[in-house]
Amino acid sequence: MIINGVTIDKTFAEAFPMKATRAIITAQNEKWAMISAQAMTGFATSVIACGCEAGIERVLSPDETPDGRPGVAIMIYAIGGKGLAKQLETRAGQCVLTSPTSALFAGIEGGKPIPLGKNLRYFGDGFQIAKKIGGKRYWRVPVMDGEFLTEATTGMVDAVGGGNFLVLAESQPQALAACEAAIEEMRKIPNVIMPFPGGVVRSGSKVGSKYASLGASTNDAFCPTLKGVTKTDLSPEIESVMEIVIDGLSKEDIDKAMRVGIQAVCDLGAANGIKRISAGNYGGKLGPFHFHLQEIMA
Amino acid sequence: MSALTFTLKQPTDQRIDMSPLVCQKLQGLDVDAIAAIELQNGKSRRRVDELFYITGMNTQEIIIAYSNNKLDFIGKELDGGSISVQGDAGAYLGMQMKSGTINVSGDAGLYAGCEMKNGLLQIEGDAGDFLGGALPGNKQGMKGGTVLVKGNVGQRAGDHMRRGQILIEGNAGDYCGSRMLAGTIAVMGNTGRYLGYAMRRGTLLLWNQPQLSATFNDCGSHTLAFLPILFASFKSFNSRFADSGAAFNRVQRYGGDMAETGRGEVLVRI
Repeated sequence: MIINGVTIDKTFAEAFPMKATRAIITAQNEKWAMISAQAMTGFATSVIACGCEAGIERVLSPDETPDGRPGVAIMIYAIGGKGLAKQLETRAGQCVLTSPTSALFAGIEGGKPIPLGKNLRYFGDGFQIAKKIGGKRYWRVPVMDGEFLTEATTGMVDAVGGGNFLVLAESQPQALAACEAAIEEMRKIPNVIMPFPGGVVRSGSKVGSKYASLGASTNDAFCPTLKGVTKTDLSPEIESVMEIVIDGLSKEDIDKAMRVGIQAVCDLGAANGIKRISAGNYGGKLGPFHFHLQEIMA
Repeated sequence: MSALTFTLKQPTDQRIDMSPLVCQKLQGLDVDAIAAIELQNGKSRRRVDELFYITGMNTQEIIIAYSNNKLDFIGKELDGGSISVQGDAGAYLGMQMKSGTINVSGDAGLYAGCEMKNGLLQIEGDAGDFLGGALPGNKQGMKGGTVLVKGNVGQRAGDHMRRGQILIEGNAGDYCGSRMLAGTIAVMGNTGRYLGYAMRRGTLLLWNQPQLSATFNDCGSHTLAFLPILFASFKSFNSRFADSGAAFNRVQRYGGDMAETGRGEVLVRI
């Protein structure tokens, strides 16, 4: 398959079941909601070392938030429910509770309830106040700038993590420009996050390493500087490869995000140095979710 | 199917215990079976059809017509469905109700909504003492749901209240929120003496400055983030509380009762 001069490899991305949740952070203005959201989703690019994968889903207007203030929806993904709950709680406690004027609300109705502010309330040292409003429990925790308002729980649901595609380009600036275009379009799709910095990862990995202590190492088949010294997957004109990783609430959500992302890359086309789109997988034996590139773009 | 309607034949000298006539107890019964139910009327027991004309069949929608303040225990332990009272209600209206709705077009007597667990109890007129309170000797009053009173309420509204909300469009008598454990009481009118007497936790939300006891301390004026959410939850009510003009988020906060644990609060609109 070739779209606008870009070859779409006959391959697939392999993804895994994860647990996910969404939270809504509001503040006095969008600036401070975003600051808090960025802190809460920081150091959360990969479960390999961060414990979770997190990202900003989108900015919310005041009429979309529970308290009528500007807000940001964030999502957190982890391998298991226990790990997710721990990450959510510690991040909420250190990054939202601490952030001026912030409030924190559930972003998923239904699913299994996991603590959001349920345990953060103890920071109130006995001065915290519970309020059950419209069937939901909130905690008002006295803090130095007034009160921190938080919903007690949010919902945890089954999700999919690790959807991906690779952008193979003739130069590094062209690869990055294509990924930026893809991310801009993909951020318009609900229920997905792209957890790596700016949504793009330049250090795609393979399973295993020559070093016994490492479970993953650089994906040498896609490293352009190793074209002559390893079993490369790159043709001579490829000088840079970048990857976009997608976590989503369902396979369909990731399908949509991959479609618009790849389309945005292809719109730039061969004329802008984009040569191929590929994807990372483990032979299809590890992850139950397969995203076949040509099927997605058909 | 039309609402099951009990029309009182004539006012009685003695009080009537209406607790058997709730939706879940009547479900599946035919008119003859309902007519044969015996109600306590003073010292005697009388069949329903001796006291009421019965029309309609929908046991999940009950109307009590020509009701007066001798009809006690209306909607006791109601668990789903609706009861509409045309006229006044006696004591213990909606006592320990679990879910569903009760609407009273007139006034309600003592202990309306006492020890209520959930649901909506709406009183178009006034309510008596101990609204949403605990029965004498019991330690916890209302534990959930909403009581909405469009008129005034008597003394000790929300006595021993544990959770839920009492919304009062009119005035509240003395000892409003006394011995409150938690929950929210909102009063648009005036409040009497000894507001929040011995309250431990909970919120008294007031539109007018109250006469506060010395055991309530001023905590200053604040903008509280939970208030817009609270007011938004009132939108579905047929009440002045649902008016967007009624909402505010700026309050003077008083903490108390300091003679108790002092974790309660009186919030006064500013």
